[in-house]
Amino acid sequence: MSTETIKLDLDTAKVQKPKKRSLWKTVRKYWVFYFMMLPALLVLIINNYIPMFGIIIAFKNINYTDGILGSPWSGFSNFKYLFMTSDSWIITRNTLLYNSGFIILNLIFPLAFAIMLNEIKNRFLAKLHQTIMFLPYFLSMIVISYLVYAFLSDTNGFFNKSLLPALGIDPLNWYFTKEVWPYILSSVNTWKNMGYYTVIYMAAIIGIDEEYYEAATIDGASKFKQIFTITIPLLKPIITIMTLLQIGRIFNADFGLFFQVPRESGVLFPVTNVIDTYVYRTFITVGDIGLSSAAGLIQSVVGFSLVFLSNWIVRRIDSDNALF
Amino acid sequence: MSAEIEKVPHVSNPKNRLPKLATFGIHSMFIIYSLLCVIPLILVIMVSISDETAIVKHGYSFWPETFSLEAYKFLFKDATSIVRSYGVSITVTLIGTITSMIIIALYAYPISRKDFPHAKFFTFLVFFTMLFNGGLVPWYLVYVQMLDLKNTMMALIVPLLVAAFFVLITRTFFQTTIPQAILESANIDGAGEMTIFFKIVLPLSLPVLATVALFQTLTYWNDWFLSLVFITKEANISIQYLMYKTMLNIQYLANNSTAAAAIRAAGGEFKFPSESVRMAMVIVGIGPIIFAYPFFQKYFVKGLTVGAVKG
Repeated sequence: MSTETIKLDLDTAKVQKPKKRSLWKTVRKYWVFYFMMLPALLVLIINNYIPMFGIIIAFKNINYTDGILGSPWSGFSNFKYLFMTSDSWIITRNTLLYNSGFIILNLIFPLAFAIMLNEIKNRFLAKLHQTIMFLPYFLSMIVISYLVYAFLSDTNGFFNKSLLPALGIDPLNWYFTKEVWPYILSSVNTWKNMGYYTVIYMAAIIGIDEEYYEAATIDGASKFKQIFTITIPLLKPIITIMTLLQIGRIFNADFGLFFQVPRESGVLFPVTNVIDTYVYRTFITVGDIGLSSAAGLIQSVVGFSLVFLSNWIVRRIDSDNALF
Repeated sequence: MSAEIEKVPHVSNPKNRLPKLATFGIHSMFIIYSLLCVIPLILVIMVSISDETAIVKHGYSFWPETFSLEAYKFLFKDATSIVRSYGVSITVTLIGTITSMIIIALYAYPISRKDFPHAKFFTFLVFFTMLFNGGLVPWYLVYVQMLDLKNTMMALIVPLLVAAFFVLITRTFFQTTIPQAILESANIDGAGEMTIFFKIVLPLSLPVLATVALFQTLTYWNDWFLSLVFITKEANISIQYLMYKTMLNIQYLANNSTAAAAIRAAGGEFKFPSESVRMAMVIVGIGPIIFAYPFFQKYFVKGLTVGAVKG
């Protein structure tokens, strides 16, 4: 192995070949590859890279007659204006609190479910449960908002018309009661994603070598002990990666969940407005380009930094589990 | 084989079995949770086949006083807007999924090749889009001002074509499952890169291609955000967007029916079972997904475990 490397080094030294092949030569040799990548590359440029340069809009006072490049610069005034509104605090708080809650819920419940599902020895039943649990993941947020509406509708909903009267509780105007929505949105989010995350953790559990458990059994470890000393520690890499991916997106709320499910009820905005819905509403509904793009830029930049920060922390602790 | 044999003492060991009570608890919990997953759908189905007066009297219920298929009759009697929306959704999903699968594979192959000097750069180019984006406003302006795609079907297709995550999954699949030796020998035999890709790489990659296609089908069929942002006219309203509009305003459906127009032209007021129609719309909208879902689900689970994307 080592002699081979040395020999190779000597060879290159003798020929004095420049280490880097010239760009033109590479392009000529691999032109088919560039040709193959072209369609996707075009989409990436249009859909992702040109908009990235569009972040300058946040620093401009856009008017349509001058166009984006011609409009006058406005420095940080859009940002100043954004932070002066009471919305900026509310949307930041909501986005962070909801997403933190979701990260925890999306870890604890699916992990517990995956471990328990693995204990169901009847293969048919286990498959059946897994299939049914996956169902909500396949529904669009529009459909889910209808499903929620069927239960919560003020006039006809199942809760107000059937369940609550049966329990002797007064009906509630669900779409006008702020207090209940953090629970509703968290439940809906968990309900929708449960199947997806359970499958991911299930796959990891199945991949664990059976021998660990055999050894533990011989040593007299109980089932519960095995779960906490074998299963969970061995799932650490996948748990870290899944959590890391979500922490990196902690500034990006699930637009559909917060936009569709509360049915745009203005009374609920203090607990349902998140950065994504705010950006959408100020831009499409209100038409304020400056405010909207400033909020969007802050979201992108902070989100970007968070990915790197969380990845850096993980790399310090356990470099094998870092994303990059 | 050997795993099978080894498993026997493991399972038969009483230490390794959960207490009866715990097993019972797990089973009942899963039954309850599975019910929680289907109950909302059952409620919606039941409402859609309820009689309108029964709904007004008792609200949405799991067992309507009187059954009625009025809602579906209404939807299919004058189905122009539904048929049109179905057409839009099917077209967008088909074209989108097929194009997406092809261009993702075409991009993933070169960046999977270790001998391609720029593989790293182009991998990063894709990966970076997962980390940073320009935000809604510039993105919107590119499609509306620069490309003038507002209200077109293109606006419903192009933004979802290249999903970075799937490019990376496909690349990993190419790297790990296609033996380098095959590519080299094909090269020696004088096959061009295109021939190698279409004749050797693609046929060997059906699992990952199926995964990409399935996920993209779901993404396109369930998408409503692009319609919300880009569609402002009556044209190109997908089935999801039609559901959204019906949710906001049930009259929207009636306004768009020719029967309603005829009655209103005659000076009358058009009446229809709005509550059950609303829910029948949902059933019509999720129909294809529900039928395809058990099949989908199987491949989804396989696809999710196709390979890590680390890189």
